[in-house]
Amino acid sequence: MNTLHKELTRTVLYLDGISVSFDGFKALNDLSFVVEPGEMRAIIGPNGAGKTTMMDVITGKTRPDVGSALFAGQHDLTKLDEADIAQLGIGRKFQRPTVFESHTVRDNIVLSLAGKRSVFDTLFARAREEEADRIDRVLDTIRLADRAGMMAADLSHGQKQWLEIGMLLAQDPSLLLVDEPVAGMTDAETVQTATLLKEIARDHSVVVVEHDMSFVQDLGVMVTVLHEGSVLAEGSLDHVSADERVIDVYLGR
Amino acid sequence: MISGRFLRLTGTSGLILLACLLAAAIYVPVANQFIDPGSPFHVNTASVVVFGKYLCFAMLALSIDLVWGYCGILSLGHGAFFALGGYAMGMHLMREIGPRGVYGNPILPDFMVFLNWESLPWFWYGFDMFWFAMVMVVLVPGLLAFVFGFLAFRSRVTGVYLSIITQAMAFALMLAFFRNEMGFGGNNGLTDFKDVLGFDLQADSTRIGLYLLSIAALAVMFLICRAIVLSRLGKVLIAVRDAESRTRFIGYRVEHYKLFVFTVSAMMAGVAGALYVPQVGIINPGEFAPANSIEAVIWVAVGGRGTLVGAVIGGIGVNLAKSYFTGALPEIWLFALGGLFVVVTLFMPKGILGLISHWRRRQPPPEPAAETGAPSSTAAEERA
Ligand SMILES: Nc1ncnc2c1ncn2[C@@H]1O[C@H](COP(=O)(O)OP(=O)(O)OP(=O)(O)O)[C@@H](O)[C@H]1O
Ligand SMILES: [Mg+2]
Repeated sequence: MNTLHKELTRTVLYLDGISVSFDGFKALNDLSFVVEPGEMRAIIGPNGAGKTTMMDVITGKTRPDVGSALFAGQHDLTKLDEADIAQLGIGRKFQRPTVFESHTVRDNIVLSLAGKRSVFDTLFARAREEEADRIDRVLDTIRLADRAGMMAADLSHGQKQWLEIGMLLAQDPSLLLVDEPVAGMTDAETVQTATLLKEIARDHSVVVVEHDMSFVQDLGVMVTVLHEGSVLAEGSLDHVSADERVIDVYLGR
Repeated sequence: MISGRFLRLTGTSGLILLACLLAAAIYVPVANQFIDPGSPFHVNTASVVVFGKYLCFAMLALSIDLVWGYCGILSLGHGAFFALGGYAMGMHLMREIGPRGVYGNPILPDFMVFLNWESLPWFWYGFDMFWFAMVMVVLVPGLLAFVFGFLAFRSRVTGVYLSIITQAMAFALMLAFFRNEMGFGGNNGLTDFKDVLGFDLQADSTRIGLYLLSIAALAVMFLICRAIVLSRLGKVLIAVRDAESRTRFIGYRVEHYKLFVFTVSAMMAGVAGALYVPQVGIINPGEFAPANSIEAVIWVAVGGRGTLVGAVIGGIGVNLAKSYFTGALPEIWLFALGGLFVVVTLFMPKGILGLISHWRRRQPPPEPAAETGAPSSTAAEERA
C-alpha cells in the first residue's frame, strides 16, 4: 500500500479504469494511462478513438462514469471544475485553435499569465514590469514577437496554433495537454512546432495528440495508441508501428 | 490642462460624447430660460423633460451594452431592472406626498386607502427617507440580478436560453406588479407625485435640475463603464464573450465574471429608472413589459454593440426618431423599428458607430486636424 502511494505521488497524471459513455456509446472504455514528471508522451489513434474525450476528462469538462483521475498523485480531477484544474497547473490546447480573436496577440498572453484570477484582482490589476519580461519571453518562444500588436483574428492558422501554445506557456502549467498542434500547418511550420514542443518539454510534462506520423517521429518520445476508448499499445514509435493490431486499426489504412 | 490619462479613459469618441453632453447641459437650460419663446432656438419645458427621458434611456442602453456588447450576455429583461429602480424612486415620491393626497392620509398612499388597507406594508418602511430610497434604487435591482445571475450562470445557462429566461423574469414581474395585493398600486402604478426633496416636480427649475442630473449621471456611468472595459477584468469579459470555454481552461471562474458585470449593469439600469420616474411623473407595471426590454436591445444594436458611445447614440437617436415618426407617421413606427433592426443586423453588425469608423478608415483621415480639435473641448470638459 505504502509503495503504491509513493508510486502515485510520483506521477503527474494517473488515470485508472476511466469509462465515459455518450448515450450508451462508450467513448472511453476502462482507460488507464500514466504520465511521469518531465515526460513527453504522444498519443495516436484513429478518429473517434477517444483522444479528445480523454483530455476532456482530465481538464474537468467531461465527468467519467467510473474510474479515477489523479493529478500529482493527490488531486482528484473528477471532483474539480475547469477553472480549479487550470489553476492547479494543467493547461490545454484545443483541437480547433481557440484564441481570443478580438484581443491583440499580447493581450492573449497577458490574460493567460499565471497569477490571481479573481474578479477583484483583475478589476484592479496593473501591468507590472516583471510581467512584461515574461510576456516578451513567451512571444519570443512562439516566434510571434513581431506580431504582438496584431489582432489575434488576423493571424494565419498556424500562428493561431502557436499563439495558443504560447497561452499555455504563459499559464506555466506543470502538465500541458496539446490536441493536434500541427493540424493544418505547412511542413515547415510542422517542423518548427516539433522543435518548439521539445523545447517546452524540457521543463514541463507534455501530452501531445497528433495524427501526423512524421511529426510524432520528430518528437521521438514514447507513444500510446488509443483505440475504441482504451489503450491498444504503448512503446516507442518503431515498437508500436510493428504491432499487428496497431497496423490493422490505424497505420495500415 | 487635461491629462493623457483622462483621454485614455474616455477615448476620442468618448471625449466627443462628453463634450456634446456638456454642450447640451449648457444650451438647453439657457435656451429654456433666456431665449424668447417665439425664437426657433427656444427649448420649451416639455422638450426639456423629453430630453431628460432620453438620457435615461441612454443609461439603460449603456447598461445593456456592458453585458451584451462586452460579455455576450443578451439580456432581454433589463427593462425590469430599470422599472425596479423606478418603483423604488416612486415609492419615495409617494411617501413624500404625505397628507396632501386625495384622502389626506399622512402615512398611507391614496391607493392603499382606496383598498381599505389599515397600515403600511413592511416593505414600504423606510422609503420616506430619501437616502434609504436611493440605496434601494441600486440594491433591489442589484440583488435580483445577483440571485438570478447566480443561479443562471452557475448552471451555465447561455445564449438563447439565457435570453429567454431574462425575458420570462421581466414578464413574471410585470404580472406580479399588476396585482393590487402586491402593494405597488397595481394597474395604475404610482403617480400624482408632488415634489422631491422639497422641490416642486412641476416647476421649471426642478425639471431642469433633473435634466442636468441625468446628464451628469449618464457621463459618470459612461466613465464607469469605460473604466471597467479598459481594465484587465474588461479584457476577461471580452475573452468570455469570444471564447468562453477557452477562458475557463486558462483558469478564470467565468460565472463570477458574468455575475459581477450583470449585477453592476442591473444597478445602472436601476439608477436610470430612478431618474426617469420623477421626470415622467408615473411608474406602472407596463414598464416591465418584455417589449420594452427588447426595444432597448434594439437601441444598442442600432447604435453599435460593444461600443459604449454607440449605445448612448442608439438610446438617444432611436428615441428621437421614434418621437418624430410617431408624430408624422404613427401607423408605420413599429414597422420602421423592426425594419431598422433587420437592416442593422444584416448590414451594420457594428451599428451606426461601426459604420462611421468604417468610413473614417476608408478615406485617408486628416488625423492632425482631429488631434488639434480635441484639446479645446477637453479643456471645457475639465472645467465642468
Ligand atoms: N459530447 C459528446 N456527445 C456525444 N458523443 C461524443 C461527444 N464527444 C465525443 N463523442 C464521441 O466519442 C467518440 C470519441 O471522440 P473523440 O473526440 O474523443 O475522438 P478523437 O480520438 O479525439 O478523434 P479525432 O482524431 O477525430 O479528434 C467519437 O465517436 C465521438 O463522436
Ligand atoms: Mg480529437
